[in-house]
Amino acid sequence: MKGSRFSKRLEAIPPSKLKVDFALTKKEGVISLSIGEPDFETPFEIEQAGIASIQNGYTFYSDGAGLPQLRKSISKYLDRHYGLSYNPSDEILVTVGASEAIDIALRTLLNEGDEVLLPVPSYISYAPLIELAGGKVVEVPLHEDKAFRLQPQDLENAITPLTKLLILNYPHNPTGAIMEPQDLVAIAQIAVKHDLLVITDEIYADLTYGKKPCSIASFPGMKERTLYISGFSKAFAMTGWRLGYVCGPTDILQRLKKIHNFTLLAAPTISQFAAVDAMEHEEEETLKMRDAYNARRLFLIETFKSMGLSCFTPEGAFYVFPNIAGRGLSSDAFVSQLFSEEKLLVIPGTAFGEKGEGFIRISYAYSLDILKEAMKRLAHFLKAHPKVS
Amino acid sequence: MGKEKTIQLLELLEKDATLSVEALAERLDVKPQEVLTAIDDLKDDGVILATQAVINWDKENEDKTNALIEVKVSPQKGIGFDKIAHEISKFPEVSAVYLMSGGYDFAVMLERKSVKEISRFVFEKLATLPSISSTSTHFILRKYKDHQVVMDDTPEDKRINRGL
Repeated sequence: MKGSRFSKRLEAIPPSKLKVDFALTKKEGVISLSIGEPDFETPFEIEQAGIASIQNGYTFYSDGAGLPQLRKSISKYLDRHYGLSYNPSDEILVTVGASEAIDIALRTLLNEGDEVLLPVPSYISYAPLIELAGGKVVEVPLHEDKAFRLQPQDLENAITPLTKLLILNYPHNPTGAIMEPQDLVAIAQIAVKHDLLVITDEIYADLTYGKKPCSIASFPGMKERTLYISGFSKAFAMTGWRLGYVCGPTDILQRLKKIHNFTLLAAPTISQFAAVDAMEHEEEETLKMRDAYNARRLFLIETFKSMGLSCFTPEGAFYVFPNIAGRGLSSDAFVSQLFSEEKLLVIPGTAFGEKGEGFIRISYAYSLDILKEAMKRLAHFLKAHPKVS
Repeated sequence: MGKEKTIQLLELLEKDATLSVEALAERLDVKPQEVLTAIDDLKDDGVILATQAVINWDKENEDKTNALIEVKVSPQKGIGFDKIAHEISKFPEVSAVYLMSGGYDFAVMLERKSVKEISRFVFEKLATLPSISSTSTHFILRKYKDHQVVMDDTPEDKRINRGL
């Protein structure tokens, strides 16, 4: 063997900055608000549709691009909810989770050294996947005082002749921020002006509270340069079914399918049958879950106010991102002391990049009962660690 | 508000009467003011009668139970089903009265009563009404779902933290 046993590219990627021992969360008396996954089980009828497909013998590979009826359902769903128009025959690919879609999109689009604009803090997987695909991560800062919405000026500042791609993820993990049409129009203009490609990961779009979600793919000149990625995990509580999709212009989709056909062949057939039922018949279930998340969101925001914890008001996903700066504790120290003193586990903002320093991420994919007890503990902790003025 | 939206509004409220006017308006895709007006009208028209909480009394470990009493009646001249039903409804112990098709005439529900209270009600109050020909009392052993709510304990959290 010549050289290293392992891929240099992989070895260059630092291990996750998330230094939390998750085994601790199962210990007696510990409350964890750390999981970024719905606490609801998959709605009953969707489960039944999956079971029925097994019982009816649909246990074979599906079309590489996904079951035709599911692609039709996705097409109608996106039109109905977001005014997006994608042809089921050649503009939609069903993937193993939105995660696969992100990975193959990056591998399809990037060449060695291409710069990818990544708004930070960000979901943990983008940067490693960009690097694995040979790209270079260029961070674009998001600011709390701008509601963590990507600012046109920050975007312009980060663009170089090597810039190829922009990644958007609104509603946003970890902050819960959203982008409204007036915010997106400016970003779209810059993308067109600099001929950038855009990957928009809108996995949380159905979990938007009080405002209609809006996609950058719907703006003029954007469809031909945008890959729209979403999935069933969050809105339909189907994380374990591993099902997502990517939509975009035919020339890119053809190439995505090429990788998909070599690696995954097809997304799980059983999950796809369940997903058809989800999109065609179970929207009411997603609305019920959204109402529950919203009640929790409002509870947390009110409670933070009453305990003097500053927090930007999130309008999507199921995360809050309170500002814990000024208490003499780094994010990491805050999280580890909160755990040792109160047995309450949250995620330090730095897990989502250096830009997350001074923040913690709290997931409200937990029942109100659990959140209420957790907030008692947080209030107690904040009293013991007041703001240093 | 049209018929279809009104039905949707009622269905939403039946499931969760604590939904705010804004949340309802968003779900129905109408203005909050329209929701307010519709709710007022529905109250005036006696469609929305009351708002209650769904309670899992089993959790309170009371020594009480619920009963469903099948009642057969023999209506007499000038005393129809409605009159008998109203009479039964007047007893404060009774929580629901339904006219039934099939083997008996009325289903009468008693909730959160001791076995003694239930038997006294049947023998001393119900059975002595002149129009009632027979009763058959069933005790409800456990409620699994009521008013569309599953009366489960909090299910176990089956998630594995992947640090996402």
